[in-house]
Amino acid sequence: MDALLVESFEKLIQGTCSPATVRAVERDGQAHALWAEVEASGYLDLLVPDEGGAALRDAFPLWLACGAHTLPVPLAQTMWARGLLAAAGLPQTAGPIALAPAARREAGGVLRCACVPFGALAQGLLLRTPEGEVACVPLKAATVQRSGVHGSLQADIVFASLPADALRLPAATDLQAAGALITATLMAGSLQRLLAMTLQYANDRAQFGKAIGKFQAVQQQLAVLAEQAFAARMAAELACAEAGLQPHRLRAAVAKARAAEAAEKAVAIAHAVHGAIGVTAEFDLQLVTRRLQEGRGDFGSATYWHGELGRALLAASGPTVPFLLQALLPDAAARADTAG
Amino acid sequence: MIEALPLSALPASAEALRPAVRAFLDEALAGRPTDRLARSWMGFDAEFSRALASRGWVGLTLPREYGGGGQDAFHRFVLAEELLARGAPVSAHWIADRQSGPLILKYGTEAQRRFFLPRICSGELFFCIGMSEPQSGSDLAGLRTRATRTADGWVLKGQKLWTTNAHRAHYMIALVRTHGGPEDRHAGLSQLIVDLSLPGVQVRTIGDLAGDAHFNEVFFDEVRLPEDAIIGAEGEGWAQVTAELAYERSGPERIYGSIVLFDAWLAHLRSLPQVREADVALAGKLLAHLAPLREMSLALTAQLAAGASPVIEAALVKDLGTEFEQAVPNLLADALYAAPDDAPPEMLLRTLHYVLQVCPTFSLRGGTREILRGVIARGLGLR
Repeated sequence: MDALLVESFEKLIQGTCSPATVRAVERDGQAHALWAEVEASGYLDLLVPDEGGAALRDAFPLWLACGAHTLPVPLAQTMWARGLLAAAGLPQTAGPIALAPAARREAGGVLRCACVPFGALAQGLLLRTPEGEVACVPLKAATVQRSGVHGSLQADIVFASLPADALRLPAATDLQAAGALITATLMAGSLQRLLAMTLQYANDRAQFGKAIGKFQAVQQQLAVLAEQAFAARMAAELACAEAGLQPHRLRAAVAKARAAEAAEKAVAIAHAVHGAIGVTAEFDLQLVTRRLQEGRGDFGSATYWHGELGRALLAASGPTVPFLLQALLPDAAARADTAG
Repeated sequence: MIEALPLSALPASAEALRPAVRAFLDEALAGRPTDRLARSWMGFDAEFSRALASRGWVGLTLPREYGGGGQDAFHRFVLAEELLARGAPVSAHWIADRQSGPLILKYGTEAQRRFFLPRICSGELFFCIGMSEPQSGSDLAGLRTRATRTADGWVLKGQKLWTTNAHRAHYMIALVRTHGGPEDRHAGLSQLIVDLSLPGVQVRTIGDLAGDAHFNEVFFDEVRLPEDAIIGAEGEGWAQVTAELAYERSGPERIYGSIVLFDAWLAHLRSLPQVREADVALAGKLLAHLAPLREMSLALTAQLAAGASPVIEAALVKDLGTEFEQAVPNLLADALYAAPDDAPPEMLLRTLHYVLQVCPTFSLRGGTREILRGVIARGLGLR
């Protein structure tokens, strides 16, 4: 990934996505102006294959930046969906696209996608039906109802049946692994931001005549927060180390499980260091911690993915390290270009 | 601020070493029980170390002109990963291979290099590291062992404690005071290479809670050392030791210490007609921790290979790594005794109980958890 491209993306996000913007989007459940800027930037088509193909690893630093700024629109999800649609030779679906890997059939054949992350803003949905069809559908005829807690952009999305203009994708497309990997990368970015904010606060806030960051008890906690942020970032980078667009399910499992465990510890430490100010609406910490707490469950919790990983490990024979090297970690070709 | 550790890749030439090491270990470790293998890099077997040396696998990163393998840190990572993954008893040569050899190469005189490095690479000389003292553990800079200059060398007086393998090593690289007193802290410290067979050196072994004896107290009673016993610059001992600790803390031994136990448990689960869902998830949880840890360890190796000294990052990975190594026996002990009807094999239980008893040491040696977190906090700009 071109470092300049990453830098200009970070500038774009920083410039368009102030905490005030995040609050407004979360309050109103719409993001027309912000999305127009994102769309105009051209980054949405970063994973649209050209002659050189398209690689998840190119998206990694960009998705980290989205997480770091708690970008309140599904840019990462839409970027991936647009890449898939283009790779399949299909036309694009307009607007933000959310992912729903577990649509349920209800009475009368109605399709219900529950608690879809960023569903409140979605104009398109990339979903998997219980029958195993994978399709991208415009949401014109769907009922979208916000389902999350205060500030959440989750929504329940219900429609009568797959519309006629649904764009069918290969059934093997692993939406859940993609959702897990994208969420894990966003969370890794958010964890980096959480560390920076908490360090800043520990240096600024004085008690007993000195900055609270000078107390060993606080320093030890901040060291743990840093460790968790670093481990989650590495797990996410591992999962993004793909030369193509399809996620590797076990690597996505590692990324999501590790991000969820890291978030649990890191959020607790960040709030402990901030004290009461950290839970106020006007202080920005909550923009990050609410997103992290919600992300822990999106596309499968830590225990869900632990189960998948455990089954794969137990189905193999022999010791762990050869399994790790052969079945789990990316090979040298997939790692190329990831450094830096 | 600490920079993120980026995903790295092993060069194909380093990866190419793996099959030969595996084949060697298949033969060399055949029949060894897992409760012995679980001692991993604390397992001492001079014959095994020399067998490795005869294949060129001791001092792999040292230059060929000194008898080494002339390979980079990535090659050593592959070798170490394979050895540790199997619980190979590497303790005899490990410290010389990991720390003393590179230290002598970096700071030693040409004569010191010519004498020590070929003997390290052949598995002839084993080393230990003299750091802690009775009054100076985590607070290493307060150490009191003193070397005083004489007309033709040094006189060493004092005591080291918790020195792993001092009773079986030929040389100690000791951090001692050559100027000032404990109040001078980091200033006035130097590293000396001490021949442990010299008159005035007394080594007393200390038994541990697992019935093993690997660490020692070492007394220096007016030990006369030659002029060239000093390694590196006089008074620069603290800086040299800090750089050395990046080697000690960054290796894969800080993540694979409990892997023999984990593998023995997996083998047990695979033999059961049905595995409880909690055990499946536990296996997956530990794997989810191990995978990024391994990559973080590899990323540190990439930094070492590039000539950097990732002191703070190494502290971070070591702290996370030892947390994982301790989680394995603690979580498995709970899981195994949650299903007594599964009749775990006796050897698995022996292995579990050994690792369970010694696992508190994982976050002590090479810098305690609290010290490491202090190092990280410094890296974060808090101190």
